[in-house]
Amino acid sequence: MKARVTVTLKSGILDPQGKAIEGALKSLGVDGIASVRQGKVFDIELAATDQAKAEAALKAAADRLLANTVIENYRVEVLS
Amino acid sequence: MKSAVLVFPGINRERDMARALKLASGNETAMVWHAETALPKGTDLVVVPGGFSYGDYLRCGAIAARAPVMDAVRDFAAKGGLVLGVCNGFQILCESGLLPGVLMRNAALKFVCRDVHMRVERSNTPFTRGYNAGQVIRVPVAHGEGNYEADEETLKRLEGDGRVLYRYCSPEGVVDEASNFNGAANSIAGIVNERGNVLGMMPHPENHVEEIMGCTDGRGLFAGLVQHHEKAA
Repeated sequence: MKARVTVTLKSGILDPQGKAIEGALKSLGVDGIASVRQGKVFDIELAATDQAKAEAALKAAADRLLANTVIENYRVEVLS
Repeated sequence: MKSAVLVFPGINRERDMARALKLASGNETAMVWHAETALPKGTDLVVVPGGFSYGDYLRCGAIAARAPVMDAVRDFAAKGGLVLGVCNGFQILCESGLLPGVLMRNAALKFVCRDVHMRVERSNTPFTRGYNAGQVIRVPVAHGEGNYEADEETLKRLEGDGRVLYRYCSPEGVVDEASNFNGAANSIAGIVNERGNVLGMMPHPENHVEEIMGCTDGRGLFAGLVQHHEKAA
């Protein structure tokens, strides 16, 4: 079973890396960039075949390690 | 005072810390590997040193904070034991939940490696009793992620309870924007937990303890810890 956990900064948290990327895109002349926020994507393979169990495991992974919930939100998706 | 310094892969300031502790206390320092599940018997102080544990992968300090030895440190702190985290150690303590908040990327995105000044906000704590309140000390910093941030309520509580022990300032002791080189909220350089027995700080007092280092302003922190221990004993 394949899954993806996406970790993003909570709104209101300053993201200097996103800002730097935003500046670089603007200086490259890429049109229409309003703002950039940087996040992380984890592609995870699971042994479980049960959707609910997989989601519970991914949620535990995100809560306990993948995200720092003080500053980050996460989204869990089971892909197949 | 018996000190234990934690060692994680990628940490690089553990020897400096052990040397500073020995200089202050006269005792050998125990080096404790991250996979240990217990601290040495009779440990009075646990130090989480600086460096780049696990290459700063995921988030600074995130993986070290989940190492087996950290459960023992949490137990130790819950019983009132003294814990000091410096630089990456501060990041590890925040990630482990022993301290509130988070160390974000420096506001100017640059790794800063130089001496800075900090003002000692209070002297009546185990971590500051070697100094006078309001005293300005010069200490080195070396970090890219030292921009302390917490939600407004947490900051209010830290300030209200006098838990900000060290603050970046000018050489004259003025807390201003120019001296807040990493953009930390309220120029915070070091905070303690609610109980006052766990300190996290970004600067490296252990690197200013001997004449040959060009400055001995960091000595007060270690001398104060030893004094506190002797008084308690």
